[in-house]
Amino acid sequence: MITHSTGRHAAGDTSGQGGAVSKAAAAIEKARSEGRAALIGYLPAGFPDVRTTIEAGIAMAENGVDLIEIGIPYSDPVMDGHVIQEATVEALANGFTVPQIFDVVEGITSASDAAVLVMTYWNPVMRMGVRDFAQRLAAAGGAGLITPDLIPDEASEWLEVSEELGLDRVFLVAPSTSPQRMQNTVDASRGFVYAVSVMGVTGARSSVGAAARAVVDAAHEAGAERVCVGLGVSSSAQVREIGAYADGVIVGTALVAALRDGGVEAVAELTRELSTGTAKASA
Amino acid sequence: MTDTHHGTGVHATDTGAADAVDTGTAEAFLSHDESLRHAPGPYFGSYGGRWMPESLIAALDELQDTFEKAKADPEFTAQVADLNRNYAGRPSLLTEAQRFAEHCGGVRIFLKREDLNHTGSHKINNVLGQALLAKRMGKTRVIAETGAGQHGVASATAAALLGLECVVYMGAEDTRRQALNVARMQLLGATVVPVTNGSQTLKDAINDALRDWVANVETTHYLLGTAAGAHPFPAMVRYFHEVIGEEAREQILEQAGRLPDAVCACVGGGSNAIGLFHGFLDDRDVALYGFEAGGDGVESGRHAATITLGRPGVLHGARSYLMQDEDGQTMESHSISAGLDYPGVGPEHAYLADIGRANYEPITDAEAMEAFRILSQTEGIIPAIETAHALAGAMKVGRRLADSLAPGEQASDKIVIVNLSGRGDKDVATAAGYFDLLPDDSAEQEIAQEGEQL
Repeated sequence: MITHSTGRHAAGDTSGQGGAVSKAAAAIEKARSEGRAALIGYLPAGFPDVRTTIEAGIAMAENGVDLIEIGIPYSDPVMDGHVIQEATVEALANGFTVPQIFDVVEGITSASDAAVLVMTYWNPVMRMGVRDFAQRLAAAGGAGLITPDLIPDEASEWLEVSEELGLDRVFLVAPSTSPQRMQNTVDASRGFVYAVSVMGVTGARSSVGAAARAVVDAAHEAGAERVCVGLGVSSSAQVREIGAYADGVIVGTALVAALRDGGVEAVAELTRELSTGTAKASA
Repeated sequence: MTDTHHGTGVHATDTGAADAVDTGTAEAFLSHDESLRHAPGPYFGSYGGRWMPESLIAALDELQDTFEKAKADPEFTAQVADLNRNYAGRPSLLTEAQRFAEHCGGVRIFLKREDLNHTGSHKINNVLGQALLAKRMGKTRVIAETGAGQHGVASATAAALLGLECVVYMGAEDTRRQALNVARMQLLGATVVPVTNGSQTLKDAINDALRDWVANVETTHYLLGTAAGAHPFPAMVRYFHEVIGEEAREQILEQAGRLPDAVCACVGGGSNAIGLFHGFLDDRDVALYGFEAGGDGVESGRHAATITLGRPGVLHGARSYLMQDEDGQTMESHSISAGLDYPGVGPEHAYLADIGRANYEPITDAEAMEAFRILSQTEGIIPAIETAHALAGAMKVGRRLADSLAPGEQASDKIVIVNLSGRGDKDVATAAGYFDLLPDDSAEQEIAQEGEQL
């Protein structure tokens, strides 16, 4: 693994300074060593309550998820479709507050080996203070952040703090991303690069199309060691299709719908089903 | 403390301080022949930028590139000038309001008549420019958000004129309050989508427009209606509204022989205000006043006074002042005026506020409605309720000027320009309800009551 960190812009570097290993990278590499693509599961915190989020997170970890992504419910989630919007609106209505994200992270990491990333729109982090937020996340055992509305261009403080604390920073790349931006974003990322499969918002889709593969290929060519695909993935068949070329597959909306309709047990069941799709073809 | 740095430093135009709030340097700018005009973005001090999903960055880059080339293209500027003159009806008049002035401490009041533009407000300036840019980019579809409906109507108008498909996102709450404006947009060929997410008002309409844009960006231009959002929108929307200030400056020199002491405008996102202010930014003796919606009063918590009481944060693509709670969740704003009912504000206003170049004050619903009544009955001009906030502010500014005259000076030596940003036709039901002018069982009464629940 490359370890020549250059401060803010560690080109292709997924281990941290001072020997701090990227938790997200480690989880994905473990799956790779087992001949699998990593399975990454998303749930919003506080839906329907904090206790259930922790239980559902643990259930995902025990049933085949390698990496857990917990979202912070936010008033203006412009990258989310209806299912996740409704869940986060309910979480907020049920009284979720941002500091509870650390309870969720700690609750899951203390009871399982799964790496836990927090997915958040940027204003709640900015409001708490980037450094305060990052320190509390690290103390709770969190791996880092996925930032859907923070691009590396605006992330100078986060780049600095995450480097210092050894936290992963997962930026997004999309079918519309230019080659230059792809290079910059890959260079700025730590842990993995999040490839948006389609131009659109979160939500189950019958097909994620050919664009996803092109994005993954472009990210790999730009030097990304780990590229995971999200948006629209809801079945083990899709996991299998994407897992053939990507290093990890991210499922969100389908798990949120399962939790909504069938509780923690339904999340466990869907996770088991999805995880049957992660084995790489043994060719 | 937010205590956030901004940007990468590459584009930073401030002093490099990490403070969340910029501090007074307007004097330094103005005394060193440095201009505040034509600020290009992406940053205005520590405000602005691009806090947006990566999926949209390519579209923002394309827009910026198209806009920069268009500005330098005489054919484009001639097209804009021609549409402004022969379609929108520019230049708009500068009308002296002598009877209204009696309520402003006796200073001279001049109204910049954006209400006389086609579609009845300043919004047409921006939509014509952006619709032309959409055509240059080869886009066939425009989407827009609207609160009161003014920007939606203007967008539908520009789309009809230039042969573009138009979809307008409007909070479901607002579609009920502004049913006639919905019909107006539909008559112009637009599709109006009621937004049922969140608070069902302007900010949620912007959220849904952004979701549409992400999914349809290849064919679609997002025709944002105010000088907010991600770069290049704040600088670009201002550019198309600069004509307001340019004309007003020229007209006041011609009609009064000198520059005004103050200019006043209402501020929601802040497009009409930045358009007027821009003409006077480098005139150090001209005071600039932006009036925010104070709703039931800023102490009530039910208001939209973003600069007065908000704190820096990011929403809809820009860092600016923002009405947010302890957790960084956007708070719901409240105003009798749907057009000012927005919890954010354009980033250039945040900067002008911090450096002290412009002053921002809240005006309550009651103060605005009183000014609405007075202007209607002294000048025969029914203003938009948004605009009434600027008029109420001008009454205060005028009285202050009259109270602080130098020896030998008279109130009538002082000059104030107010941006009459829109006409009040759309607000007749709300105003009639407010002033209790409707029979109890009329359909309008029902609409007015909903309007009052803002």
